[in-house]
Amino acid sequence: MLGVTELQDMYETMVMARHYEERLQEEYLEGKQPAFDISAGPIPGELHLAAGHEASGVGVCHHLRAEDSVTAPHRPHHIAIAKGVDLKAMTAEIFGRETGLSGGKGGHMHLFDPDVNFACSGIIAEGCPPAVGAGLDAKKRNADDVAVAFLGEGAIDQGAFLESLNLASVQNLPVVFVIEDNDWAISMPKERVTDVTNGAQRAAGFDLPGTRVDADDVIAISDAATDAIGRARDGNGPSLLEVQVHRRMGHFMGDAEGYRPDADKDAATRRDAIERLETKLRANDIDDETFDELRSRARDRVEEAIEWAKEQPEPEPSAAYEDVFSSPPSEEPERAPSVADTGGED
Amino acid sequence: MARPEEHRQTERSLTMSRAMVEAIAHEMREDDAVFYMGEDVADYGGIFDSTEGLLDEFGRDRIMDVPISETAYIGAAVGAAQGGMRPIAELMFVDFFGVGMDQIYNQMAKNTYMSGGALSVPMVLTAAVGGTYNDAAQHSQTLYGTFAHLPGMKVVVPSTAYDAKGLLHTAIRDDDPVVYLFHKRLMGIGWLPAPDGPKTGVPEEAYTIPFGRADIKREGADATVVTLGLHVHRALAAADSLADDGIDAEVIDLRTLAPLDIETIRDSVAKTGRLVVVDEDYRSYGLTGEIIAGVAEGDLAALDAVERVALPDVPIPYARPMENEVIPDTDDITAAIRRVRSDE
Repeated sequence: MLGVTELQDMYETMVMARHYEERLQEEYLEGKQPAFDISAGPIPGELHLAAGHEASGVGVCHHLRAEDSVTAPHRPHHIAIAKGVDLKAMTAEIFGRETGLSGGKGGHMHLFDPDVNFACSGIIAEGCPPAVGAGLDAKKRNADDVAVAFLGEGAIDQGAFLESLNLASVQNLPVVFVIEDNDWAISMPKERVTDVTNGAQRAAGFDLPGTRVDADDVIAISDAATDAIGRARDGNGPSLLEVQVHRRMGHFMGDAEGYRPDADKDAATRRDAIERLETKLRANDIDDETFDELRSRARDRVEEAIEWAKEQPEPEPSAAYEDVFSSPPSEEPERAPSVADTGGED
Repeated sequence: MARPEEHRQTERSLTMSRAMVEAIAHEMREDDAVFYMGEDVADYGGIFDSTEGLLDEFGRDRIMDVPISETAYIGAAVGAAQGGMRPIAELMFVDFFGVGMDQIYNQMAKNTYMSGGALSVPMVLTAAVGGTYNDAAQHSQTLYGTFAHLPGMKVVVPSTAYDAKGLLHTAIRDDDPVVYLFHKRLMGIGWLPAPDGPKTGVPEEAYTIPFGRADIKREGADATVVTLGLHVHRALAAADSLADDGIDAEVIDLRTLAPLDIETIRDSVAKTGRLVVVDEDYRSYGLTGEIIAGVAEGDLAALDAVERVALPDVPIPYARPMENEVIPDTDDITAAIRRVRSDE
């Protein structure tokens, strides 16, 4: 059971994640008016915002330590925030600045923070195999660290996901797969692309536990994550969770969502996990003053990170040539060992 | 060389995406065996407008949204093609080729040969390519050379609406697998403004452009610039800027990589003696080296000077200053042309 203090922490993180996306939306659109040009403005390129996904990232990552690994997909900000990724460095990365997590090489779909074992892939489901590898690493080290792979419901038809379920299962690895079901793979509703719309059912085919959390409710998600993460940490193998979330914005900024019924958009806006948690907290006698404090603290951290990021220098063009290898090709001439040096017997 | 100028001067101009859609619609009306599979190709009309409006006319059985399962649906296109259909399968970003690569290069590209010609695979694999809008390492590649390197695929890269339509008609009618790579920056998408060049006059009727015929987009006597896709337009801009200085560059648009029209390039180099190859793909083991080798094999003595302008061998970085550094721009091409002319 989560105590009220923990719930307040989760609320604050969820508000922070939501505010982050709303502020990034504003920053992103600046310079893209009146004609939207994806390559213009302070944040260029695609931007996939996670407003409406907060309960998933926060409900799961609340139970993780820095040593535990997370891989996130192309919509990673809420997960990164919940995992404790350095918010300033992450923001600077999204703004393409020299002091960003990757010095501006990665951008918003490719956030890497080894300090808290957080990584991303912009290719659907392709974060799953590296999460299996992180679980394998933990097992080989006899550590009780856990790996969590987040993916969207659109990713559950990918070989990389299904193969990962199988490998994690047969090797009994400490991995939790978390499907964030926001109902839409860009424009494709899940009913159009799979007959098994409850992604958790895919677990049965690989003999691992599969649980679906229907409510976009951080407490229910947290409860399910507690079981799955505990199971992995105790050496009892992988689990699959599917959690219902909602896409409150387009697939990417600039997606006019012409394919999406208004009623669906409205419903996504109404089913707000943050409001749900607020109701719960009010029932536990949390007062306005405390809410104000939690909200302003969350927002201040976001504003501080964005302000900081925007003041950071852009990378030098020549930095593009660095980091291809961690061990760049050697300039040393080859020195062939003589037979005498090898110590070999005749 | 086929240069139907009367068509290019037609009053009706289309964006590259509209020209492509027109070719697909025409072929689908003519032949029930033609259908289109991809992610977000139905209601969305293709993330890069490659199928816009087709769902309304042809319905979901022929404009098929598929699961995010590239191995399955590209492979299904192979099987359907072998059975007699003429599928078009769209890979949303060429960068996603890795997900379904076995079906592309071990099945689609090889089944004709491995069957000793008993099978044919009449399908088109379309994919969006290219950077210049800061989408970083996993969404900005062109990978032109990768597909052209592996035998068994015909590889098409249009640079204008006119070429896009004619080459797509040819691709759909071709009895072999064709990889049709369209540059996002050329499509005329509302949120990704195109340069002026790709929107051209396009005839309403169907027409084919034969594979293996490069197109001289600009004639010139002083240097040969060989390129493709977006960089045709950057090369033309570079050539225009040099004209004021009395350097008259010829710009050759490859249009297809496999088959490759090396003769047109050799003829041009025989005239100019100076070769600049411009590619938005990685530098090493790729298109630039291939073109230069092909010219050298023809007549080594014809080459007075050579430059290649390509992506350095680094993944494409996100931040603007770094992306601008690695993707060749008009100034890079201008400088390279000047260098091959520097002994004049």
